[in-house]
Amino acid sequence: MSAVIDENLGSLADVTDGAISIKDVVKIYDPDGAAVMAVDHCSIEIPAGEICMIVGPSGCGKTTLLNAIAGFHGITSGSIHLDGELLCGPEKPQAEPGSDRIVVFQNGALFPWKTNLDNVAFGPMMAGKLSKEEIYDKARSMMADAGLSGNENNYPGEISSGLRRRVEIVRALMNDPKVLLFDEPYRALDSLTKSVMHEALLEIYYRNKVTIFFITHDLEEAIFLGHRLIIMSSRPCKPKKIVEVDIPHPRDYSVLTSPRFRELMNEAKDVVHEEATKAFEAGEKEG
Amino acid sequence: MSVSNFSDKLFSKAAMRGIFAIVVFVLIWEVGARSEQWFGYRFPFIGLVPPPTDVFVSWGGLIADPSYWQSWYMSFLRVFGGFAAAMVIGIPMGLLMAVNKASYGIIFPSFEVLRPIPPLAWVPASIIFWPTQELSIAFVTFLGAFYTIVINVLGGAKSINKQFLQAAQSMGASQWDIFRRIVLPATLPSIVVGSAVGMGITWEVVVAAEMISGGGSSGGGAGGGLGFFIWSSYVGGSYEQIIVGMISIGIAGYISSELLRQLGGLLTPWLKTR
Repeated sequence: MSAVIDENLGSLADVTDGAISIKDVVKIYDPDGAAVMAVDHCSIEIPAGEICMIVGPSGCGKTTLLNAIAGFHGITSGSIHLDGELLCGPEKPQAEPGSDRIVVFQNGALFPWKTNLDNVAFGPMMAGKLSKEEIYDKARSMMADAGLSGNENNYPGEISSGLRRRVEIVRALMNDPKVLLFDEPYRALDSLTKSVMHEALLEIYYRNKVTIFFITHDLEEAIFLGHRLIIMSSRPCKPKKIVEVDIPHPRDYSVLTSPRFRELMNEAKDVVHEEATKAFEAGEKEG
Repeated sequence: MSVSNFSDKLFSKAAMRGIFAIVVFVLIWEVGARSEQWFGYRFPFIGLVPPPTDVFVSWGGLIADPSYWQSWYMSFLRVFGGFAAAMVIGIPMGLLMAVNKASYGIIFPSFEVLRPIPPLAWVPASIIFWPTQELSIAFVTFLGAFYTIVINVLGGAKSINKQFLQAAQSMGASQWDIFRRIVLPATLPSIVVGSAVGMGITWEVVVAAEMISGGGSSGGGAGGGLGFFIWSSYVGGSYEQIIVGMISIGIAGYISSELLRQLGGLLTPWLKTR
């Protein structure tokens, strides 16, 4: 990967699209009269091209925030803007889902009845802006870049879960999104596969810089990948502490053993542990 | 499938076990059926059944008889006619109920009241309101597969992973695209399962309907189908032919299910890879 070893890889200067502005967002679930506040006056500014890691205990309401950005759920009050344009706000509680914001789901949402190549080509085929040939050429070359050559005509069920996640990221990128929304995509992977996936994700990111909104409860993952960690309080969810990760990009797995990495881990750990304890004592369930 | 591949399959361990089991079954049957003749003591139940050798002799005589094959043909025609109608009406109905709340509200309650009525309970009514005997048999056969297909399609389409729909929506799929490219293929496995179960019920129903209604408009042994074949053998006192008819239905049902399995496999190639 000599082509991508470049000082500018971590720089956001050349990224113009994908700034997310979350202002005073509140989300109250009211299933049967018992109002539950999932998100409480949450404000986060994410500059274009940043890898922003949202860290918090399970069930703290992180996914609620992601669904609001993606347009799968509405918000109760506040507003979310993408590059200055309103996604959702007082007049419009729920954003329209769109190909500028693509979610990579926790359990994966590749269509099992389509081959990997057809999955990857799905978004542009729906958009209908390019010819079928152009789309499939692009899909093949994107898959090759992500180390997925040879898996084009397999079904997702035929490849490993690690490769499936990679196909899903490539499928997302085929839509030329401004933002990728990750909902704990590596949660179910073992730690060895995870480390390979992290490096692969960074490689893909260096090649196609988009804003990444990444939900996780794995601190090591968060510090290794992120420019910034937003540590959330347990329910209701709001930013509690922001950790700037000043380890320069490009990163590879050697940074895991660096002293700075350990320092950042320790800095974040206390806050996360405190919130996790609170969440545990409150008996919060997965959500 | 190449020839060597086929012979590998035929002589595989699994196939040998199956053949062995059938041979043992036939042997026990033969010994039991001839127990009075051989040991002077008639085994309970099995001692009254005609022995397999006699059944095979009788079968050998029937193979050259066109009216026996006519029975096969009639039953197959009724099964596939009723089954095809059940698919053509049942699949869209299940899908419609799954994606449209109003249709669900209108159709489902009546459907659930009609569903517990066994298809055979419909026989007298359908003889009354269908103009020909043939149509009334086909209608009862249709009912056998219809409910199962609708319920499976409805259940399958309703249990689609919501994230598939969200992902498709994010990638700009229209409502029609979502139906055609997500809902339909995601429901296909349930359609295949529902059809396989429905096909089994269809055979059960057609045979009973043929017996009750006396074999259809063409009358007699020729137009009666396998159900009527068994019934007329019973009335005529040819016990060997009863067994021939039963085994014929077993084989016919197996052929139908196998055809469906093969077709289902072609329609859902991604399931083979699991």
